[in-house]
Amino acid sequence: MTVDLAIVGAGPAGMAAAALAAELGLATLVIDAEAAPGGQIYRAVEEAAEGSPLGADYLAGRGLAAALRASAAQYRPGTTVWHIDPAAPQGAALSMIADGVSETVTARRILLATGALERPVAIPGWTLPGVMTAGAAQILLKSAGIVPDGRAVLAGQGPLLALIALQLARAGAPPALVLQTTPRRNYAAAARHLGALWPGRLEIARGAALPLGLRRHGIAVRRGVRGLRALGRDRLEAVAWAGGEVAADHLFLHEGVIPDTQISRGLELAHTWDAAQLCWRPVTDAWGGSSLPTVAVAGDAAGIAGAEAAALTGRLAALDAAARLGHLGAAERDRRAAPLRAGLRRARAIRPLLDALYRPPAAVFAPEDAVILCRCEEVTAGQIRRAVRLGAPGPNQVKAFTRCGMGPCQGRMCGPLVTALIAGERGVPVAEIGPYRPRAPYKPLTLGALAGAQFATEEASTSPR
Amino acid sequence: MFRLRADAPGATIAATIPVAVEGRIVRVPQGASAAAALLLAGLPSSRDSAVAGAARGPYCLMGVCFDCLAEIDGVANQQSCMVRARPGMRIRRQRGARPLEAE
Repeated sequence: MTVDLAIVGAGPAGMAAAALAAELGLATLVIDAEAAPGGQIYRAVEEAAEGSPLGADYLAGRGLAAALRASAAQYRPGTTVWHIDPAAPQGAALSMIADGVSETVTARRILLATGALERPVAIPGWTLPGVMTAGAAQILLKSAGIVPDGRAVLAGQGPLLALIALQLARAGAPPALVLQTTPRRNYAAAARHLGALWPGRLEIARGAALPLGLRRHGIAVRRGVRGLRALGRDRLEAVAWAGGEVAADHLFLHEGVIPDTQISRGLELAHTWDAAQLCWRPVTDAWGGSSLPTVAVAGDAAGIAGAEAAALTGRLAALDAAARLGHLGAAERDRRAAPLRAGLRRARAIRPLLDALYRPPAAVFAPEDAVILCRCEEVTAGQIRRAVRLGAPGPNQVKAFTRCGMGPCQGRMCGPLVTALIAGERGVPVAEIGPYRPRAPYKPLTLGALAGAQFATEEASTSPR
Repeated sequence: MFRLRADAPGATIAATIPVAVEGRIVRVPQGASAAAALLLAGLPSSRDSAVAGAARGPYCLMGVCFDCLAEIDGVANQQSCMVRARPGMRIRRQRGARPLEAE
């Protein structure tokens, strides 16, 4: 199969890009690992009904999913991209797997819309059953109406944390306690971005309503929390912090989200350290174009800006793809982009304020020695620090010394922390340390799937490289 | 432990899909993943880690962390959060690393 544009991910960016690209006449393929469109933010949105405890902003995603379904774009749910060769003869060769069967397609262009993941929060005890991300609680609610039973504690910060607390309360499962970790000095830092108040007024109004909602549901909120710990033997039993402790059946952690750069780093796209959002992101131009001519990145995968901005950057990338493939003149591309850019400026206006206000406390990047950093290979922060003292200069060497990042998650969870730890131990800025270099397969696959892989026609007579 | 939400009228969730978790039948709602079934089943943990054999449970539920690894319909090391529950699905705890079998 050969397509004009292959889009990886069916969240807001991928859905919006696909609908527009197909409308502009591009043979478009959307590949998504989940069973239904929506991404994380609009997960299972097609099933949602008016009056959903998830709220009106969530329901806004229904239009994007409907537009994808109505479009001529081919949509492959339940499908995982495991390899991309960006410099194949006719564009890029993309290998994907569904139900154990692998297939390789040729795409003239690739759009990575892989979204975001929750920042790892390696507190003591974070590997105990009962400790999950706040996003995980929301996923259970969105996908199947499942809520925590027993005493739930939400800990961390960010717009999502209070929202999830409220959604759980509306679904009849209010958390017992919200522990907010926002350092006091963040408020002063955020005050420097008051220029965002007017353009970001809608988001601010929504955000300001959240604490009020929590109070109405009788959810206790404790601010300025430090020294979080999950306690228990084989399961979570209690949550402790500097100056307090409560018995708990669930702890949901959240310190914001970071771009999912596993594939973009694997492709060796140029990346930069975002000092405001404290994460790596691919370097992109005004259309999402990356350092590779056949690859673009849209949505949160290119830097955290939220669902509304994601849909807009997805459309910008679709316009550019259409122009580069001769379906749209440059002038028409620019004319159509103008209202999208205006929307993007508005949607992004609040971001500097949010980034400053919810900047994770320094402790998030400096777990204690005894804490397991690599959940897969069970490597502690102390072992990683020792490898650095023994001379491992960067994450890829620390990996060779300790096995951290060598497990099934391929460094997705420990990566950001390992880099931060090395920077701290060596006294070098994070930007100079760099991230892990991921390699294909981007998700583990069986030898059977690989042996049975069907490769594109031009490669059919040769063995896979 | 987890349960089905029971909030506004008309929003009650029906658990209609029977799956076997560690041999015990658990009914889960449409849209639930195998990981969600493991959580609804109320097991204290859903896997023993590969190195230390420590108790673990699902962590991120979005395909990132691989802590929800389980044996599904006889195939070990599946990311149970990425697999939708189907009627009759057999889900078991992942007990450490998968043994290598020579055939």
